[in-house]
Amino acid sequence: MVDFTLWDIVRNLLLAARWTIALSLIAFIGGGLVGLLLLVARTARWPLAEPLVAGYVQLFQGTPLLMQLFLAYFGLALFGIDTSAWTAAAVALTLYTSAFLVEIWRGCVAAVPRGQWEAAQSLALSFSEQLRYVVLPQATRIAIAPTVGFLVQVVKGTALASVIGFVELTKAGTMITNATFQPFLVYGCVALMYFALCFPVSLYARRLERKLHVAG
Amino acid sequence: MRIELDFLAVLAQWPLLVTGVFWTLGLTAISAVIGLAIGTLCAWGRNSGPTWLRWVVGTYVELIRNTPFIVQLFFVFFGLPAAGVKLTPELASVIAMVVNLGAYSAEIVRAGIDATPKGQLEAAASLALSRTQTFLHVVLPPALKKVWPALTSQIIIVMLGSAVCGQISTEELSYAANLIQSRNFRAFEAFIIATAIYLLLSISVRALLNWLGPRYLFGGRR
Repeated sequence: MVDFTLWDIVRNLLLAARWTIALSLIAFIGGGLVGLLLLVARTARWPLAEPLVAGYVQLFQGTPLLMQLFLAYFGLALFGIDTSAWTAAAVALTLYTSAFLVEIWRGCVAAVPRGQWEAAQSLALSFSEQLRYVVLPQATRIAIAPTVGFLVQVVKGTALASVIGFVELTKAGTMITNATFQPFLVYGCVALMYFALCFPVSLYARRLERKLHVAG
Repeated sequence: MRIELDFLAVLAQWPLLVTGVFWTLGLTAISAVIGLAIGTLCAWGRNSGPTWLRWVVGTYVELIRNTPFIVQLFFVFFGLPAAGVKLTPELASVIAMVVNLGAYSAEIVRAGIDATPKGQLEAAASLALSRTQTFLHVVLPPALKKVWPALTSQIIIVMLGSAVCGQISTEELSYAANLIQSRNFRAFEAFIIATAIYLLLSISVRALLNWLGPRYLFGGRR
């Protein structure tokens, strides 16, 4: 039997934390793109966009992320796509993230005063120009703080990918526990690493929010 | 390529699903009640307690809010027994959910308390109410009323989070789905049905709490 020193445990967890970060970034960027697309569809009042996006948001916010991961894992396989835990986790987390971001951003767009749209219209800007040059710049300023805050939720969400066999921080913790029989120590380290990842982001989001209120 | 879906094979195992729903709702109800109580105590402690208490509550809240629920659950279920505390899966689930909801609701309730107009406190003081009376009768009810929608959302998030408790073999809804799919290999169908039930549950729990809150928690009495 191999003996694990504390450094061995920490080192292996740190190596696995890379995948937590990678998956978080994929979900955040992918979710951001899908979310933006949904936001534009909704703001532009494409036919049926409003109820469809609302249903989409309700579906992803009203069901457990764990079930979404299972569905992606078994569902993609059903369509003949060779699913690795990577693909399933990336797909499920991207969709999950997009549903939350589109809802956050919708509020931010709605917070831009009506008069701004009307002023842009009266300057004969097309819809995409109104959005691009007048509304989105103002909405973005409001959106940054809650979006950064949501990043914390994405990082925590990636922990569930361990259940479908994706080896990130939590799964590595389970595997190391099985080898060392020191669950208290290992899960304690895992929790502290998540904390080290998330807490600075939380603090940064809070600072952004304060700054916005002062400037606002 | 043809995809054959057999939902009936899953629905035939309905007693398992029903047990799962009861466990999910039961776990949620217990942790909502205890979690809100702890959250309110923490909110009070962080606002008007002594410095050391503020520090302790602050650490608790930040530690929980910045780590995933599944890690908290594993720490309670696998970690604590190593430190000498033996727990059943159900008890471990409740503890993890209570601790989790307590931290989140502390922040939410605190936001409500902070929004209390100063005149209310002065009015309470001029009526010679004690600090405890002021908190319980003047500050808390309107504060809860203000943040009730946020608390409702948080309780639902905790309910959806409880799907993870199946991983330590608490027999809630996701555990039932897993059990069914291991019996008849209808994984996709089992999870579709479980997901649909979760969606139904979150919609009805929200409706229930919206109805319950104003009636029994902060309305009517005064």
